[in-house]
Amino acid sequence: MRLRSMWVSALGLALAVSVVACGGGSKETAAPAESAASGGGQKVDPATAGDINGVVAFEGTAPKNEPIKMNADPVCVKENTTPQEQETYEVADGKLANVFVYVKDGLSAYSFDTPTAVVTIDQKNCRYHPHVFGVMVNQPLEILNSDPTLHNIHALPKGNAEFNNGQPIQGMKTEHKFTAKEVMVPFKCDVHGWMNAYVGVLEHPYFQVTSKDGKFTLKGLPPGTYTIEAWHEKLGTQEVKVTLGAKETKDANFSFKAAAATD
Amino acid sequence: MAFGPARSAPPAVPAAPAPSALVNSPLHRFATFVAGCTVLLVLAGSLVTSTGSGLSVPDWPTTYGWNMFSFPPSKWVGGILYEHGHRLIASTVGFLTIVLAAWLAFADPRRWMKWLGAGALGAVIAQGVLGGLTVLFFLPASISTAHAGLAEIFFCMTVAIALFTSPGWIEGYVDHPDSLDHPALRRVATITTALVYTQILIGATMRHTGAGLAIPDFPLMFGHVWPTHWDPKIAIHFAHRAGALVVTMAVAATAFTLWFRGGRPHVAYTRPAALLIALVLVQITLGALTVLSGLYVWINSLHVVCGALVLTTSLVLTLRTWRTKFGTQAVRLRPDATPSAAGPTRGVRLQPDETTGARA
Repeated sequence: MRLRSMWVSALGLALAVSVVACGGGSKETAAPAESAASGGGQKVDPATAGDINGVVAFEGTAPKNEPIKMNADPVCVKENTTPQEQETYEVADGKLANVFVYVKDGLSAYSFDTPTAVVTIDQKNCRYHPHVFGVMVNQPLEILNSDPTLHNIHALPKGNAEFNNGQPIQGMKTEHKFTAKEVMVPFKCDVHGWMNAYVGVLEHPYFQVTSKDGKFTLKGLPPGTYTIEAWHEKLGTQEVKVTLGAKETKDANFSFKAAAATD
Repeated sequence: MAFGPARSAPPAVPAAPAPSALVNSPLHRFATFVAGCTVLLVLAGSLVTSTGSGLSVPDWPTTYGWNMFSFPPSKWVGGILYEHGHRLIASTVGFLTIVLAAWLAFADPRRWMKWLGAGALGAVIAQGVLGGLTVLFFLPASISTAHAGLAEIFFCMTVAIALFTSPGWIEGYVDHPDSLDHPALRRVATITTALVYTQILIGATMRHTGAGLAIPDFPLMFGHVWPTHWDPKIAIHFAHRAGALVVTMAVAATAFTLWFRGGRPHVAYTRPAALLIALVLVQITLGALTVLSGLYVWINSLHVVCGALVLTTSLVLTLRTWRTKFGTQAVRLRPDATPSAAGPTRGVRLQPDETTGARA
């Protein structure tokens, strides 16, 4: 082989690689056509619907949340004037917040329309807001960067398509729809390693995240027997069975212990 | 200048220049510089993995939509500092490799050296593509491990080029009275280098499958001398520890063969062998500290760099044991059929015994 032909080949290869690489913009798998969540086809009759209320308690002394050092980004330091820590154990008066409570089983006979209301996760002060939340399958999720610094939002699902979107400009928004149910999908920012969030994706609207008083309400459930699951990012999951009659209101309480924490 | 043999017989055979006439000191220094830059590149790459920053720049070859070289330094924050820094250092090494390959092609009369330069250029291009692919596919272990494995091969190529352009190699290490030919050392050193590379591949697999702390204690394993339970990550981690033992024994065997078999050892062997022993000791210490520190970023990264240095030191020793197979010490030259008006080493090629690797 002549030297010149070798150089031409190398240059051609480099050029081809550049062209191929530049051609790709989004790494996200193309979303399938929007469709209503799957199910048995039956619709909920509001006239017979009831509620399940409950409280998630925490027994014992809650582990300390990990402190966050934001030195890696001066903007984050500037945005947070007080010491920051993770939101893993949000315990007040023995009640646990940031627990995702949902109907795990018992709704297979029903179908639910996909809501058009947009759910937003905001990157603000170099944290995710909210930390734990839920959406329905194919419901639009808006990802917003309110920070004057750049973020990447990297979802690590197992049953949905993984995505990793960069948002270098303040105010940038991107929209995403999860196409399959999955509890839970973690989010992380690879730029700021402390940023993490979790979203539960369901085919029905019966889910809620506990507030600081540990309370939740699943409203408008049709009569039936349900498995209710409570999910926590470190403490794992718990289940209870609840049978709900027409227009009934039932309680479903959970209690986590520190010993159950998993890393 | 042609890579292939001359198409017609040379008209006359002039007097052969001394081997030292082949020595191109600027080229050798530049090749050594490229190899040194590659060490920095390996360190930068290992920092990306150790800090979990591999996906902090989601796009490739652009950086958050910017051209890589115009991405504002004010935005090099958090994980971006590591990932973007790695890309820039890699681009620099890629450019240096282009220069090196071109320099070899035009200034080194050995045909196989031209090919080695072209091979290094191909390797660094392929390495860049693998790096991009692993980002675009969210760091799959297979691509990331291949990226790590090819990085070591590219580093070995740059070190080999630096060695092959060195005065010692070209002159055949004739400045020392002891014999260079040591078949037993050649065998054991070659095996050792292959084992070190295998061990590095296992280590890369461990890093990219998140098995670095699958066995969290050291030197025991779950408090025992043998793991009490198994899963794929524990198996990979265990294989890396077992591999460390095998490599240590191989290095010890190399040292034993060098110093206790075959007469007085040549200085061309004793220096890399001594360095190899020292590096292996440092590497074992770093490996232990990596586990005990819970994958502390800098210890973890230095463990990767030291592993690369163990490999290339072993490679240098091995290649030197093969030097006698590359031809006689008195290298002879004859004119190439390709006309050239350039310097004394241009327009010539080595005798068949040198170009084909056959011993005279």
